[in-house]
Amino acid sequence: MSREDYISMWNTSKHFGSVKAVDDITFDIGEGEFFSLLGASGCGKTTLLRMLAGFEQPTLGNIYIDGQPQAGVPPHHRPVNMVFQNYAIFPHLNVHKNIAYGMRKSGLTKAEVDRKVDEMLELIKLPGYGARGAHQLSGGQRQRVALARALIKQPKVLLLDEPLGALDKKLREQMQLELRALQRDVGITFVFVTHDQEEAMTMSDRIAVMSLGKVLQIDSPTHLYEVPKVKEVADFIGTINFFEGSIRGRRNGSTVIDAAGLGTVHSTAAGADAPASGEITVAIRPEKFSLTFRQPNVQTNVVEGTMEAAAYLGDRSHYYVHVEGREAPIAVASQNAQRLLDAVDADRHDRVWLTWEEESALLLSA
Amino acid sequence: MTDATASSLTARKAAEDTRGEETPQFVQSKHEGYHWTSEAPMFLYAVWYLAFLYIPVLFLPLFSFNDSIYVAFPLKGFTLEWYGDMVDNPALLRALENSVKVGFTVAVATTFLGLFAAKAMTRYHMPGKGPVTSFIMLPLVVPGIILGIALLVITNQLGMELSLFTIGLAHTLICVPFAMLVLISRLEGFDKNLEEASLDLGEGAIQTFIRVTLPLAWPGILASLLLTFTISFDEFILAFFLAGNEVTLPIYIWSQLRFPSRLPMVLSLGACILVFSFFLVTFAEVMRRRGVGPQGGAAI
Repeated sequence: MSREDYISMWNTSKHFGSVKAVDDITFDIGEGEFFSLLGASGCGKTTLLRMLAGFEQPTLGNIYIDGQPQAGVPPHHRPVNMVFQNYAIFPHLNVHKNIAYGMRKSGLTKAEVDRKVDEMLELIKLPGYGARGAHQLSGGQRQRVALARALIKQPKVLLLDEPLGALDKKLREQMQLELRALQRDVGITFVFVTHDQEEAMTMSDRIAVMSLGKVLQIDSPTHLYEVPKVKEVADFIGTINFFEGSIRGRRNGSTVIDAAGLGTVHSTAAGADAPASGEITVAIRPEKFSLTFRQPNVQTNVVEGTMEAAAYLGDRSHYYVHVEGREAPIAVASQNAQRLLDAVDADRHDRVWLTWEEESALLLSA
Repeated sequence: MTDATASSLTARKAAEDTRGEETPQFVQSKHEGYHWTSEAPMFLYAVWYLAFLYIPVLFLPLFSFNDSIYVAFPLKGFTLEWYGDMVDNPALLRALENSVKVGFTVAVATTFLGLFAAKAMTRYHMPGKGPVTSFIMLPLVVPGIILGIALLVITNQLGMELSLFTIGLAHTLICVPFAMLVLISRLEGFDKNLEEASLDLGEGAIQTFIRVTLPLAWPGILASLLLTFTISFDEFILAFFLAGNEVTLPIYIWSQLRFPSRLPMVLSLGACILVFSFFLVTFAEVMRRRGVGPQGGAAI
């Protein structure tokens, strides 16, 4: 039975002088989970990771790993290992010695260590690379060696600090899948730091979105995208249109809102949790709009506008539609499921209509 | 794939495309610059520069083989007499031995101190780091003669016998800044993540120092040893103030200059030191380059 509080942060804070790099964070990470810390640079995600590794001590609060409080435990006594952003491969040692570096106190004989290193080289698909010097490795190979060097220690938790950032796009996508498969194989809890939302969404079981030292939302990739709980998360993950509005009331289980640019909006997104009155922000993703050139036969959740700009991207198109009452055009994305030989001519400023489902109109506090 | 990532992908692709266009331009402008400054004046300048630096020094070996006690042109003839004199001179050999002894001890001691100081300066946060660094660096700018007098006063006050030991202490004082500077730049040259990786992999601070820091700092350590040895070997003013009965080589040479007949022998000694220094520096440079891997540390 895997534990859901394998790693626990209890009101953890880290201050550097007057800067609160990590500000009163409390959450759990489950055993065997692939957990990502996602945020822009300076959001505190790396500091959090370094506190897990033991390189930084929390200013306030505590961290537990597998039930053990980690306060005052130095890095070399923690059941965690780290893959550094630049891999930190020891330049004076060859691949074999790099991977075997942490095995000195393992109590294994040299032959046993050699065998384990060879197993690791198999695992990372670099068999026979043991005698290579560190400088003879490519970026992707260095990344794998760093991974093997950490995994040979059989840590309870593997910490990864933007390990794919230095790789080119193709290799990065390949390594994302490999990392995910590897994590399932070894069953170790992974805590993965990244600023790349696509990377986090591809690999993670759950993602913590961070900003200015705080955790904004912890959720699965689909929940973060489909039902973000705060404006910052909605804005950070993907593209979204915001509309300022005020709540008029409820009708048939929907919340009815007057929103600038959209007119009357009916939304079921917030369900019964929606407030009954007050200011609110309506948020709709570009692909949740349907765009038509003829007035649709619906009464609610429809708005008329003019085409301002269009970009044809092959598999899909991006449109920017101007509506009354909103200065910025609405971003709309649509899959080009049918052949679209006549790309939309935005210069004609055609009249268009946008419609959307009630569940797609997200309600976020203003 | 979300739309934002899609659009960021297009943006990235566009950025790559422009970069692709810019690259040849950059190379081209570099190429033009190369032709614009013609090589000839630079070459002449370099020749003059080297001549200015080395011709005076080359007079030393030249006159050390001259068969005349007068150091003047025209040259009289070839002789090894002065080298013979030098080898047959117990006082000189004694001074040489003293200098090597002091230099070696000072080199080891200051490199040791410098390594720990450099480690502290580059790896740890501590209060008063700036002032401490400044104080360690201070002997670099205090005139030697002032330092010499001050040290003489102190040794007198402490009732210390003037000896090679007091010279060694004084040399340590002026060599530590050099050792520290060399080692700081070496330690800054390699990623501190390497030491953190070692801690992360289960080694404590001392083992990390031995298994990671020392091997990576090794070229810097060697450079520091050679540099501080050379400074001590060469130092005159402090040694002059603090020498007891035993003198170092510079003081011996200085004392011999009063006797014109000894001058050729001093020249041959100088020529020997010159050749020795040349090999020492070449060796240090070879070792330094060997230490600089493709992604390894920066130059010292």
